[in-house]
Amino acid sequence: MKTKHIVLPLLALLSAPLCAQQPRNADTGEVHVLHVQGKVYMLVGAGGNITVQAGDEGVLLVDAGLANMSDKVLAAIRTISTKPIRYIIDTHVHPDHTGGNEKIGAAGSTITGGNVVGDIGASAGEGATIIAAQEVLDRISRKDGETPAAPSKAWPTDTYITDEKDLFFNGEAIQIFHQPKAHSDGDSIVFFRRSDVVSVGDIFVTTSYPIMDSDRGGTYQGVLDGLNHIIDITIPAEKQEGGTYVIPGHGRLCDEADVVEYRDMMTILRDRFVDMIRKGMTLEQFKAAKPSSDYDPLYGSDKGFWTTDKFLEASYKSLKAGK
Amino acid sequence: MHYRITGLLLAAMFALPAAAQLDPSGEWAPLFHEDFPERIPGPEIGDYLGLPINAAARLRADTWDASLLTLPEHQCKPHPSDYAWRGPANLRIWKEVDRETQQLIAYHTHISWQAPERIIWMDGRPHPPDYAPHTWQGFSTGKWEGDILTITTDHLKNGWIRRNGVPRSDRATVTEHLLRHGNILTVVVIVNDPVYLTEPFIRSTDFQADERQQIAPYPCEAVVEVVRPKGEVPSHLPGTNTFLTEFPKKYDLPAEAPRGGAETMYPEYRLKMKQMKPAK
Repeated sequence: MKTKHIVLPLLALLSAPLCAQQPRNADTGEVHVLHVQGKVYMLVGAGGNITVQAGDEGVLLVDAGLANMSDKVLAAIRTISTKPIRYIIDTHVHPDHTGGNEKIGAAGSTITGGNVVGDIGASAGEGATIIAAQEVLDRISRKDGETPAAPSKAWPTDTYITDEKDLFFNGEAIQIFHQPKAHSDGDSIVFFRRSDVVSVGDIFVTTSYPIMDSDRGGTYQGVLDGLNHIIDITIPAEKQEGGTYVIPGHGRLCDEADVVEYRDMMTILRDRFVDMIRKGMTLEQFKAAKPSSDYDPLYGSDKGFWTTDKFLEASYKSLKAGK
Repeated sequence: MHYRITGLLLAAMFALPAAAQLDPSGEWAPLFHEDFPERIPGPEIGDYLGLPINAAARLRADTWDASLLTLPEHQCKPHPSDYAWRGPANLRIWKEVDRETQQLIAYHTHISWQAPERIIWMDGRPHPPDYAPHTWQGFSTGKWEGDILTITTDHLKNGWIRRNGVPRSDRATVTEHLLRHGNILTVVVIVNDPVYLTEPFIRSTDFQADERQQIAPYPCEAVVEVVRPKGEVPSHLPGTNTFLTEFPKKYDLPAEAPRGGAETMYPEYRLKMKQMKPAK
């Protein structure tokens, strides 16, 4: 028996390197938690990436993921903090980012008092405050193309119409910037100043070309302006690495250098596309020339919702209209 | 008691690395007898000879403008770890060992140009999930194969395999072999890139031990070198880069040869080139 007790743990120890775990991937149907830095975490696997800021005052989310992932998102949040969910900030209207507003928002609460309670009643404190650019409320509260209006519990409760909205929560200044006509007309970039993390929604993704949702006010130049805005906010630590971290709408955690690579790609392609449009190419000629073929293996796709063909068509139409 | 001794002997036998493994730790000076023109003066624009690139990589390189490197956000980038050995790479390698068990945890490297530091984990830890950040040095794990230290790296940022705009994607995985022969260290790098390469790209770099080597600091502060409109990114429109023809003309090469591709890696290609006409 003694031999077993001594040798078996030894063998387990020695064999550990041989059975090292494989990398965990986002597409497992589970929600994964990654600590970014400071008070900020990234949740992956619930549709769009979700940013969580947690501290003594409670929990703040940037985006809420798909509706059918809400239970898993709530469970993941509870591995970070047991404090109440106080805020959800929607970076834009799409359901892979706002789908969880209803259920996750209902699981939270808002601290209210004074005139608010007097005017609305005690129910004013039910549910988390949902912050978004006004355009998000305008779209989510009515039939928007093929998308029906969301239930009223999923609507933003605190909208802004200015270039910027400020918040101070969990001992940290938080700047919310409106990025007009980018991925959509209601995009927000959220900067956690003390944690030094910026959550940018679908203005920046690592998994595809950017989606310019032209039906909802998105434009090519707006995405590019948004990428340059993110680069203005971020400061790398040393040798163009680390420092400010960037949570993209989809894909892996990034820093400024990753955004620069993507911005460069978008700028180089814009210059190329505009040159072709100025030469009078039709959309068919433009697409046939495969003008993004050098980046297609990296960001393009011939499957799924956002194909290379759709990216080229949206780019052509947006840039031809001077947007 | 007998059982206990057996266990301890087993522990001693397996827990320590084989004594014959040649520790690469030390100060190493780069040897430039391989590929000197590419490594020190720098590669010629449009020279993709010997690179197993696809058409997408070729177009990216054709449209690359060296002025890109004057942008502040590009000035302080170090070479990615798969390329870093090729630069002005005075190299230091040192061990990190667990104090209690004396088990090897990791090798660390420091390279002179831009001072990148890299960790090669030797303790069997897993690679990070796919949603973790990518870095210039990537995430590396190593294991001994006889006297050869074999390293596997992923989680690299988008980088380059030649300093004239030939890209290497962030989906690449890299295998490296470190072989020490006395005072000479040979590093073999094998890049697998499903995005921009059609075959693995293999190259070797040599270093010589230099016990007196002192590596100076390499601070970097980005500055505005060229005043440009905000957001401008230098590049050539496809078909307009007039510098591409200079390299084959300078060396009397056929125009097709510098375009690269897997075929140009192999010795038989020299025979084929003799049948081609030099560029005009």
